[in-house]
Amino acid sequence: MTDSKYFTTTKKGEIFELKAELNSDKKEKKKEAVKKVIASMTVGKDVSALFPDVVNCMQTDNLELKKLVYLYLMNYAKSQPDMAIMAVNTFVKDCEDPNPLIRALAVRTMGCIRVDKITEYLCEPLRKCLKDEDPYVRKTAAVCVAKLHDINAQLVEDQGFLDTLKDLISDSNPMVVANAVAALSEIAESHPSSNLLDLNPQSINKLLTALNECTEWGQIFILDCLANYTPKDDREAQSICERVTPRLSHANSAVVLSAVKVLMKFMEMLSKDLDYYGTLLKKLAPPLVTLLSAEPELQYVALRNINLIVQKRPEILKHEMKVFFVKYNDPIYVKLEKLDIMIRLASQANIAQVLAELKEYATEVDVDFVRKAVRAIGRCAIKVEQSAERCVSTLLDLIQTKVNYVVQEAIVVIKDIFRKYPNKYESVIATLCENLDSLDEPEARAAMIWIVGEYAERIDNADELLESFLEGFHDESTQVQLQLLTAIVKLFLKKPTETQELVQQVLSLATQDSDNPDLRDRGYIYWRLLSTDPVAAKEVVLAEKPLISEETDLIEPTLLDELICYIGTLASVYHKPPSAFVEGGRGVVHKSLPPRTASSESTESPETAPAGAPSSEQPDVIPTQGDLLGDLLNLDLGPPVSGPPLATSSVQMGAVDLLGGGLDSLMGDEPEGIGGPNFVAPPAAAVPANLGASMGSGLSDLFDLTSGVGTLSGSYVAPKAVWLPAMKAKGLEISGTFTRQVGSISMDLQLTNKALQVMTDFAIQFNRNSFGLAPAAPLQVHAPLSPNQTVEISLPLNTVGSVMKMEPLNNLQVAVKNNIDVFYFSTLYPLHILFVEDGKMDRQMFLATWKDIPNENEAQFQIRDCPLNAEAVSSRLQSSNIFTVAKRNVEGQDMLYQSLKLTNGIWVLAELRIQPSNPSFTLSLKCRAPEVSQHVYQAYETILKN
Amino acid sequence: MIGGLFIYNHKGEVLISRVYRDDIGRNAVDAFRVNVIHARQQVRSPVTNIARTSFFHVKRSNIWLAAVTKQNVNAAMVFEFLYKMCDVMAAYFGKISEENIKNNFVLIYELLDEILDFGYPQNSETGALKTFITQQGIKSQHQTKEEQSQITSQVTGQIGWRREGIKYRRNELFLDVLESVNLLMSPQGQVLSAHVSGRVVMKSYLSGMPECKFGMNDKIVIEKQGKGTADETSKRRPSAPARSGKQSIAIDDCTFHQCVRLSKFDSERSISFIPPDGEFELMRYRTTKDIILPFRVIPLVREVGRTKLEVKVVIKSNFKPSLLAQKIEVRIPTPLNTSGVQVICMKGKAKYKASENAIVWKIKRMAGMKESQISAEIELLPTNDKKKWARPPISMNFEVPFAPSGLKVRYLKVFEPKLNYSDHDVIKWVRYIGRSGIYETRC
Repeated sequence: MTDSKYFTTTKKGEIFELKAELNSDKKEKKKEAVKKVIASMTVGKDVSALFPDVVNCMQTDNLELKKLVYLYLMNYAKSQPDMAIMAVNTFVKDCEDPNPLIRALAVRTMGCIRVDKITEYLCEPLRKCLKDEDPYVRKTAAVCVAKLHDINAQLVEDQGFLDTLKDLISDSNPMVVANAVAALSEIAESHPSSNLLDLNPQSINKLLTALNECTEWGQIFILDCLANYTPKDDREAQSICERVTPRLSHANSAVVLSAVKVLMKFMEMLSKDLDYYGTLLKKLAPPLVTLLSAEPELQYVALRNINLIVQKRPEILKHEMKVFFVKYNDPIYVKLEKLDIMIRLASQANIAQVLAELKEYATEVDVDFVRKAVRAIGRCAIKVEQSAERCVSTLLDLIQTKVNYVVQEAIVVIKDIFRKYPNKYESVIATLCENLDSLDEPEARAAMIWIVGEYAERIDNADELLESFLEGFHDESTQVQLQLLTAIVKLFLKKPTETQELVQQVLSLATQDSDNPDLRDRGYIYWRLLSTDPVAAKEVVLAEKPLISEETDLIEPTLLDELICYIGTLASVYHKPPSAFVEGGRGVVHKSLPPRTASSESTESPETAPAGAPSSEQPDVIPTQGDLLGDLLNLDLGPPVSGPPLATSSVQMGAVDLLGGGLDSLMGDEPEGIGGPNFVAPPAAAVPANLGASMGSGLSDLFDLTSGVGTLSGSYVAPKAVWLPAMKAKGLEISGTFTRQVGSISMDLQLTNKALQVMTDFAIQFNRNSFGLAPAAPLQVHAPLSPNQTVEISLPLNTVGSVMKMEPLNNLQVAVKNNIDVFYFSTLYPLHILFVEDGKMDRQMFLATWKDIPNENEAQFQIRDCPLNAEAVSSRLQSSNIFTVAKRNVEGQDMLYQSLKLTNGIWVLAELRIQPSNPSFTLSLKCRAPEVSQHVYQAYETILKN
Repeated sequence: MIGGLFIYNHKGEVLISRVYRDDIGRNAVDAFRVNVIHARQQVRSPVTNIARTSFFHVKRSNIWLAAVTKQNVNAAMVFEFLYKMCDVMAAYFGKISEENIKNNFVLIYELLDEILDFGYPQNSETGALKTFITQQGIKSQHQTKEEQSQITSQVTGQIGWRREGIKYRRNELFLDVLESVNLLMSPQGQVLSAHVSGRVVMKSYLSGMPECKFGMNDKIVIEKQGKGTADETSKRRPSAPARSGKQSIAIDDCTFHQCVRLSKFDSERSISFIPPDGEFELMRYRTTKDIILPFRVIPLVREVGRTKLEVKVVIKSNFKPSLLAQKIEVRIPTPLNTSGVQVICMKGKAKYKASENAIVWKIKRMAGMKESQISAEIELLPTNDKKKWARPPISMNFEVPFAPSGLKVRYLKVFEPKLNYSDHDVIKWVRYIGRSGIYETRC
């Protein structure tokens, strides 16, 4: 019997005929008709009109027919929700069938019908099936919970299915365990905060046991789930690794890669001195190499992952260069990836072999591959200095082949070699010049022109060569034009006598006849430089260039660490975080490698860990890219002038979060505390300040004034510091500081364009931070920022943004976007910009609060070498909104009692002890949220010492 | 997870379309057709991202299988699944062709429903599937309760690959050691890379649930045992470990069928398992050390002027003279502008195949330690093409009756405690076949 005939019925009136057949009394005829319907559905015809007729066929003993009807239902139920209800009865009945295969089929299909009314009926059968005696039904029901959750998450929670699912992790059947793990992992992904999986040493142990027994697919689910766990110390990490390593010999590559992921991640926690660490490294290499004998598609996935692994831990595969040699019949995508890895593994030890291979590849057929091979030779030269000479001679050999694109590519890389090893290989210039005519790609032309310009003094006919390019100046691409302009100016500075005419010609071409602003600008600059001060021009144009670095295409370390957590998945194939290609909230949870320190106490899974957790050594954490990317996507849609409408409440929540309800109890009046015996309110315990002191204070007031010029009774402003060096941001340098003036906070920025291209379209966005700082207006840069131009901007801030506790507390992560790219940096803001104007507490209240805050919240600090007296201190602090509530003199010491309030309502109380003879002050701080104390102390330091 | 699975013919018409997730719509079917199948260029990647939707594809003859997803799925798993899907289909209806797929579309839908649930791969062992997904389909009424629960426990059970109650009158097993030896040699005869990728394929016709233990001359095992005996008898037979070490081979890495207890291999390096019934691949392995290269190819290409090439190729067999290699084929590539070829060979037949741009030299049999030669004159059309001929490597195919890696099966013991047959009653056959993988010499 063949079924292909069903594909061929295309006549008109077909639907009508089918309808008749579906309602036929003969079973065989019915089945035939349903098959025809399914065939039509497959090729994309709309057969939804037959819905009632098909559903009528559902009541049957014939399992094959039943499955076909179910298939139809899954496709069309959504378009006919009312009629789909007709099927409910059969489903419910089937869920009670004595045959477990039918029970499972019913529950599996019901989960696929995305109609609200049906899902209501699904709950009861599903509950039964989750506890079915047959493992086949249970494993199907486990997946069904995930399906239901996708349709109606609330329903799943309300019905308590999640708990049942959790129980299934302890099921006796390994496949049920595996499916339950898969379902829970998926549900947990959409609830990043919930501790659904609740991974702890006990449950991990269960999973590891099931790992040995379940199917290959189940092993993958379990390993992927294990990778989300963070062991509590290095011992646990090691014991898990020991139990996962056997999986490296599994025939299924996905099992192997998932095991590699777990090992790579947990290895992070092991000390490098450990013997086991070395053993593990050795164990990882062979399975990775074996993956390369799999089918080409899998090889590709493996190679993309190996590319990451090689960057993270080069030692694993450093002796395995040979396996990455390209085979003649490899598909092109495998070839290109292998080449990439070969370059990464190239070292002095194996460079001879690598070069011989690369030379071989340069004669292949595929243009992309050949180009990449040629480029790779250049990269070897830059990476392994000892080989540079050999690489150059290989490149020269290739140029001799005269194959057009080979020559061009070779010239581009030779330019890079010149930049890495200046004044070493100029002897080859003659050969290069012979090939001038064959260059037709802009990049190659530009590279050649650069070489001629740079070494103009050694090339006798440099002027002729450049002149020949000048003829078609307007037809060249911008890249070539710019390069030509610079090269001719260089030539002129080197041989001024013969080339005056040429330089005038190019300057007029660039400035008068060109519409390209970049070119015009550069032309004018050269022109003016040359006409005003040729010596300066020489210094500028012929300045020594920085050497180019070894590896340019490495993945940025934080991204690399994140991608290591995604080994085996699509993210590792694309080399992008999931947020870059996954829509919506799903799967965009950040993963990070566990910290190496064995003492980490937290047992939270990486999903709940803050993004900053991984590299504990460096405090200024670069924000994980995805987060900011997401934020900046918002930015593109509309400027985030003010926070979302719920912002204020979220601030409250954040504050509560931070303080643990400190604010309420702080403000609540507790009458019995007032006037406690320990604290004598300082009335006019006036100790007459001596003359010198008052004079001193006056002077310091004056001084205050001078230093405060421009801030207008505002608080202290630190000088601008460089936040984002130009190196890191493709030429954009950002420096800035924070100010607070009469109640408003702003961020004073200075943007400098150190690139050669105009910057426009600036925008700024903050990551969530401890105090909800957010830009109150968009970043206004009115005119485009031309090269070497600087602009100063004051960006008003508010504190109604969303709140997330940062480490350190005053860390602010900022993303700045311009037409070139998005850049990230983080900075620490001084806490005193958050001190509000109404921060003066009334004395009674102060007294009560001071008593009320437990003593363990008190922190003491020393402020050394501060020459000011009490008066001066008090007034200076007041200008930064730290208010002196009371003052008294005890045994010759001045005691200042001060209060301040932060924007989020946190009160901080201070006692400052000043001894006239001693320039060191003692500062005691009391606050409901002791974590701010350190920063308040720093604020004191900055204010008093500047 | 996998959001949908589509099968297309070479024209891009959909033969099978099964959607598992709500985020995949009908337009995904068209997106793949337009962007990949109809792209009319070489496939640049097996994974394609179109509008935030990722497509994984594999091709079998002229049939495209594509898995679609919008999530960050385990990519290795998706490909493994697609291969598995192909295996399952092949096991049910043979070759994967448009005709076979159309003829079996109902069956394929049934299979897809079973082995992929909400995009999660489920048990896909054909042995288990065939017990309850049959092409007759009407079996359900006739199954007894025991049969049903046997099916479900096999599908979900620890030993999902074997059912209980198998009986054979004659307990028999066949072991095939199949190796493919890969070589890349420079024109000067220097080995650039060489490795053997081998497979041990077992065909078992054994009753009950037999516990098997497989042993080979793995260096690590032999050395361990050698050490054991050396410690005991070190004074009497000091040369014993050295001798056994010589006969053992170093295995770089190996992978096993899911029936093998991996943790046991990891701790004791012993290979123990309960085999599936019938044929399966027990293990795969890879070796790179001390490989016996069965043939050596010595090329000599000389360009005589611009319109003539002289090619001389010598092949030498390098194994015991008593053994015979078969199906020997040497493929010598010729330039695209070849106009005529004259060939003289000492042995076998040689022909110039213009459509394949190669001289194909075939020899039926060749004994060990022999040598043979071919010489050819290739006439070329003069061309203006500046681009040099890429000179693809000379490749070779052959089959030899030994394992180039040196692997030897030492034992395969069978224990079936419940049934009364012993290891001695089982008839065992072992065969070694070494084939050429990618066996190339550059010229």
